[in-house]
Amino acid sequence: MRPFDYRTPANAVTAVQAVTEHPAAAFLGGGTNLLDHLKLGITHPDLLVDVTSVTADTIEDFQGGLLIGAAARNSDIAADYRVRTRYPALAEALLSGASGQLRNMATAAGNPLQRTRCPYFQDPTTPCNKRRPGSGCAAIGGFTRGHAILGASTHCVATHPSDMAVALTALDATVHVLSAQGERTIPFAELHRLPGADPTRDTVLDHGDLITLIELPYSPIARQSRYYKVRDRASFAFALVSVAAALTVTDGVISDARLAFGGIAHKPWRANRAEQILIGEPATDATYRLAAEHELADARTLDGLDGGNAFKVPLLIRTVVSVLRRLAEEPR
Amino acid sequence: MSAIGQDIPRRDGYAKVTGTATYAYEADVDNAAYCVLLQASIARGQVSEIDITEALALPGVLTILTPGQVEKIHQVDDTELYVLQDGEVDYRGQIIGAVVADTPEIAHHAASLVHFSYHVDEHDSTFSPDRHDLYKPDRLGTGEPTDTKTGDIDAAMRKAPHTITQTYTTATNHNNPMEPHATTALWQDDALILWDSTQGVHAVRTTIAQVFGLDTDQVRVICPYVGGGFGAKGEPHPHIVVATLAARALPGRPIRLALTRAQMFALVGYRPPTVQHTRLAADEHGTLTGIALAAVNQTARITEFTENAGSPTRTMYAAPNRATSHRLVVLDVAVPTWMRAPGECPGMFGPEVAIDELAEALGVDPIDLRVRNEPEVDPDSGKPFSSRNLVACLREGADRFGWADRAPRRDGDWLVGTGVAASVFPAFTMQATAAIRYDQGRYIVEIGAADLGTGAWTVLPQIAADALEVPLEQIDIGIGDTTYPRASVAGGSTGTATWGSAILTAAEAFRDKFGDDPDDGDEMEGSISKPPFHEDYATYAFGAQFAEVRVHADTAEIRVPRLLGVFAAGRIVNPRTARSQFTGGMTMGLSMALHESSSLDPRFGHVINHDLAEYHIATCADATNVEAHWIDEHDPHVNALGVKGIGEIGIVGTAAAIVNAAHHATGVRVRDLPLTLDKLLPGLP
Repeated sequence: MRPFDYRTPANAVTAVQAVTEHPAAAFLGGGTNLLDHLKLGITHPDLLVDVTSVTADTIEDFQGGLLIGAAARNSDIAADYRVRTRYPALAEALLSGASGQLRNMATAAGNPLQRTRCPYFQDPTTPCNKRRPGSGCAAIGGFTRGHAILGASTHCVATHPSDMAVALTALDATVHVLSAQGERTIPFAELHRLPGADPTRDTVLDHGDLITLIELPYSPIARQSRYYKVRDRASFAFALVSVAAALTVTDGVISDARLAFGGIAHKPWRANRAEQILIGEPATDATYRLAAEHELADARTLDGLDGGNAFKVPLLIRTVVSVLRRLAEEPR
Repeated sequence: MSAIGQDIPRRDGYAKVTGTATYAYEADVDNAAYCVLLQASIARGQVSEIDITEALALPGVLTILTPGQVEKIHQVDDTELYVLQDGEVDYRGQIIGAVVADTPEIAHHAASLVHFSYHVDEHDSTFSPDRHDLYKPDRLGTGEPTDTKTGDIDAAMRKAPHTITQTYTTATNHNNPMEPHATTALWQDDALILWDSTQGVHAVRTTIAQVFGLDTDQVRVICPYVGGGFGAKGEPHPHIVVATLAARALPGRPIRLALTRAQMFALVGYRPPTVQHTRLAADEHGTLTGIALAAVNQTARITEFTENAGSPTRTMYAAPNRATSHRLVVLDVAVPTWMRAPGECPGMFGPEVAIDELAEALGVDPIDLRVRNEPEVDPDSGKPFSSRNLVACLREGADRFGWADRAPRRDGDWLVGTGVAASVFPAFTMQATAAIRYDQGRYIVEIGAADLGTGAWTVLPQIAADALEVPLEQIDIGIGDTTYPRASVAGGSTGTATWGSAILTAAEAFRDKFGDDPDDGDEMEGSISKPPFHEDYATYAFGAQFAEVRVHADTAEIRVPRLLGVFAAGRIVNPRTARSQFTGGMTMGLSMALHESSSLDPRFGHVINHDLAEYHIATCADATNVEAHWIDEHDPHVNALGVKGIGEIGIVGTAAAIVNAAHHATGVRVRDLPLTLDKLLPGLP
């Protein structure tokens, strides 16, 4: 670990200014991921700008939806009655992540910005294009059980680890971003990017961009939503696959649907194709399966020292069927 | 009233839960310096150049130890302890230097500024049982022969109407005690003090004295508390040598060194992966006519380690035709070591699943099949068992678990099944001496034993109280210091039997000499020095483990809502600490069954999931109901206390019971650990 400076700016504008002016600066939220990276030698910022006090940490009603302050703690969001009733998938996603102690620290904006847990990314003694551009991808040909089946590139096969982000993607959230140029909004589904030839960038945010708010729109269907995470142990494990889903069924026919997947791509994966197939069709296992299969038509699986990740295709299809069946059978 | 058998709370419990118990890294010393290890990033070769200029220039850096630039030390049996003497790299992660600084932060920073260049040799870190370079070790670590053979197993397999021939594998597992390995070392006035997290203070003293050419009197090792060891702290590892090198380079300055979790995946041992080719032959009634196990495990080029996975097959079941063997693959990898129930734990996976497979093939209950094949005497040695109550454990477990109504069922989305497996672990004793002194109404018992969280602080006074026939409150105990009489390592489930026997002997000698009304300062020692293997009897603890497993019909997620074990392990000294040992072992067995697997990437030669987020250990949510019972067993032969070890048997058989239950629930037979959902998924409708 190398020495660094630590600053607590007076407000969001000065925070953004401090980081923008300083190429090796980083925002510090709850620190549940960044501090690990400092200790592991994955990143070497020489200035940490603490943003836990410069944005809201509250959850406000807004046009039938909610505005979640970037500094709100994950545990507070998950416990909020409005979140639990209007957006149950978000509460479930948050509670399925990490541990109680980590959720008490992790912030609303920090959670979606956490970085992949690809073991090669986290081990600075191995090649990784995300960590050291041009060094190669050690995951390819290595242990790939946790890696991507959609949207990967020859440069990077990592998955995005956040559960919260999968729910926000399904629930049509928007992030409010402050930069030196001013404020802008980004649809949540467009925040994260695929690795392509530049896996160093997880999101479309530029250096110095600060998420200030996460906006959840008014959404009746979101009340009928859930998040289901399949993992290797009952707690404290990242998703092998996960599904955030919302469903409206009228007279046995699906009238509206939201679907996003986690654990399978470099970003939370909004299943647009599957949604199109679901809408207007009977709420049956066959429909759910067809929709999931269509979304995964382009899946490319990896061999690996551990047997690879091909199992994720049938696993995700079966999980989608299971989750949608339950949503249709047990309206919330 | 006898103190033995009482449910006595831990003597060290209050200090631990209030955070006042001092562990090795927290030794009460002034002006400590901090030592950070540097590790090889190649798997084989030599360090060719080292650039320490930048690191040495950092204010607060005291010294940097590099290969060949430290004091000469002596080679001992454990070749891995010959550290920093030259630039050879034998495995990735090996210690190739250390930085000592005024603060841990400076030491870590400086460590990142030391640059190594290497001459890289081709390495080989690929484990496979099909390699052509397997070799036969001379003996097993237990001293037993490498191979055994009785009758003609091949002929038995050819003739038998029912046979099972399968290969089972267990994964690489890392011990991962909660407290990382840590040492505080002080060299002052020609004497060395080590506060070290160890399973045996005397073993560390002896070895470190040899390494540095010191008299044992010049070395004191102190370790009152250990945050778990599971075998990984059973022998000194190279970091203790490095801490000592640093201390001797900076006389008078205490050196603190703690391994990071990632370093623990390279430097302090692990259970190597095993492949177990298992064969069973049975007649139409299920009577075994043959049983065989051929085990292969990996070992390190630098130090040999054999996981004696064939041992339990030699003893468990009667059959006229028998064979076991052990072969090794030498790789450029970190050095394996003991991990809770070495040999028995992995070695009871293959056979106990095979028995389940045979029971299914025969259409008989797996408990009945085991009972049918109970041996009259130990099939390996021909000696009678000092006591063998496997059948009683199976029967009582079946009753308590509700085995009779075991038809697989479906509960909502979950497929539910049950499974059983047997447990076994040898009952050894080692060598130890205890001292008892009387002072102002109190008996002070001292012995260089270790409490790894197991309960030695608590149960040894119970034994002493009964032996002296005084109330428990009159006993003071001192352990974990080489100023106390020499005691064996806390390993092989021998602690209570060995140390307790030494205390018993000392107490008898004390009462013979001083009677029941001693004077202040009266003192007596007593020892136990029997060979570990009993001359006249085969001495083992047995057990039976039952598991309920639920598998999600859609996602194949696996849950174990119920584990129940019944053990026959001689006299139980303290039911509270004993239960904790049994359920702890079973929980670790559950973890082995479902979760634990070190991902050794042969391209690099090291384990890449080297943290507790990625190396999965069962969480509380995974181990929701783990229940242990024992039968009242009086074994007059095993030792004078009638005590068998209980630290390890709890982990033996658990994985097989869980895999058997998963098969019962789903019809899918998994033979490779860990049992993860992807292995069940293809077999689900």
